[in-house]
Amino acid sequence: MNEPIIEIKNLVREFGTRRALDDVSLTIQPGTVMGLVGENGAGKTTLIKHVLGLLKAQKGTVSVFGMDPVSNPEAVLSKIGYLSEEGDLPTWMRVHELMRYSAAFYPTWDDKYAMSLLEEFKLDPGAKLSKMSKGQRSRAGLLVAMAYRPQLLVLDEPSSGLDPIVRKDILGAIIRTIADDGRTVLFSSHLLSEVERVADQISIVRNGRILISDNLDTVKESHLRATLLFDEPLTSHPDIPGSLTWSGGGKEWQLTFCGEAKSLDEGAKQLGAKIIERAGLSLEEIFVAQVGAA
Amino acid sequence: MQIRITEQDGVPIYLQIVNQVKFLIASGRLSPGEEMPPIRTLAEKLTVNPNTVARAYRELESEGIVTKKRTAGTYVSDSGPRLSRTECIKILTERIDALLAEAKQMEIGTKEILELIQQRNQLMTSGEQAR
Repeated sequence: MNEPIIEIKNLVREFGTRRALDDVSLTIQPGTVMGLVGENGAGKTTLIKHVLGLLKAQKGTVSVFGMDPVSNPEAVLSKIGYLSEEGDLPTWMRVHELMRYSAAFYPTWDDKYAMSLLEEFKLDPGAKLSKMSKGQRSRAGLLVAMAYRPQLLVLDEPSSGLDPIVRKDILGAIIRTIADDGRTVLFSSHLLSEVERVADQISIVRNGRILISDNLDTVKESHLRATLLFDEPLTSHPDIPGSLTWSGGGKEWQLTFCGEAKSLDEGAKQLGAKIIERAGLSLEEIFVAQVGAA
Repeated sequence: MQIRITEQDGVPIYLQIVNQVKFLIASGRLSPGEEMPPIRTLAEKLTVNPNTVARAYRELESEGIVTKKRTAGTYVSDSGPRLSRTECIKILTERIDALLAEAKQMEIGTKEILELIQQRNQLMTSGEQAR
C-alpha cells in the first residue's frame, strides 16, 4: 500500500474546557475522496485546521505528505488546494490580481488551466471580489485552489449557502481533481446527498469523535431498514443486537440496523418476529440513525 | 445515454447505473455494439465519483452486458447477457417477490399487477419501434 496522504493519530484538541477533538484517528490514502460529515460544531473545521497546520496538535500526531504541517508549512501547503466556506480571499483584489498573486506563490501554477477555468466559471477578470456574488466569489476561490493542480484538495463546507449551479461546479471540480491522475480530496459537508455522490470514503464526526470511518460502499451495505411483524402487540420496542433506532408500535415495528443481514434475520427469529420489509438506507438516513443512536 | 441518479432511496449509486443501463438496453435505447461513454465523461455528467462509474462498468462487464475492447472503450455486448437461464430466473424471482410484497401492502391484487406488467411492456416495445 502507498504511503497515506494524511495520517492522524489520537489527536486531541481542547478549547478551554471544551474538547473539540477527542482521540481522533484518520488515514486518507492517495486517490480517494474523503467526505467528512457531522453537525455544526462536531469538529470538522477544527480537524481540517490541523491538516493545514493552522492548529498544533495538543496530543497525538498529524502527518500530511509524511510531514508535520506545523513545522513544514511551506512544503505542505504548496501541495494543498484549499477552499473554505467563506473563502478567506483578499476581497480588495480583482480576479486577475488574485490569479497573479496566487500564481506567484505556487511553482506548479498552470496558466492554461487557470484560463480555462476562468472561462468555464464565466468569471470577469476585472471584477472586484468584494463586489461579486457569493457564488462567483466561491468560483474564484475554487479557481485559485485548483489552478496549481494540488495533490490534495481540501474543501471545508464548500457548498454551504450556495445555489445548486455553483454547488454542481464545485462537485464537478472534485470529480475532475480525482479523475486527473488520482489526486486526493478531503471535503466536509453537511449536505449528505452530495457526499453520497462524490465520496468513496466517509467519516462521521460527532462531538469531536469519529463514529464511523470507512468505505462509503461498506457503510451503505452494512446499514438497512427493516419492518418486523409480531404475532402479539408489544408495549415497547424489542432489542436486536446492531439495532440503532426503533419506531412503530403494536405488532409492527421499524428499525434501522447496522451489521450483517444474517444477524438481523437471527435476531428477528429469536424474537419470533417476521421481517416483512427491508431496504437500504440513504447516507442521510444512516447519518440520522447513527447520530440518533450515539 | 440518459441516466438519472437519486440519493433519496437506499440503492447504491453504482447499482442505479447498472440497473438503468440494463433498462436502456432492454428498451432498445442502447443497441448492441454501441459505445458506452468513457468513465470520466459519465462521472462528470452525473456528478458522481469516477470509481463508482468504474464499479458499475465492471459489474456490467462481469454480467456480460458490456464488453471492454482491448484498444480502450466499452461497448454494449452483441450477444446479450451471458447469464445462465437459472441465474436469470433467480434474479427475476427476487424482484418479483419484492414487487408482490409491496403490492400486498398497498392492497393491489395480482391480476392488476399482471395487467400493469403487460401495459408497461407494450409501452416499452412501442418505444423501441419508434426509434
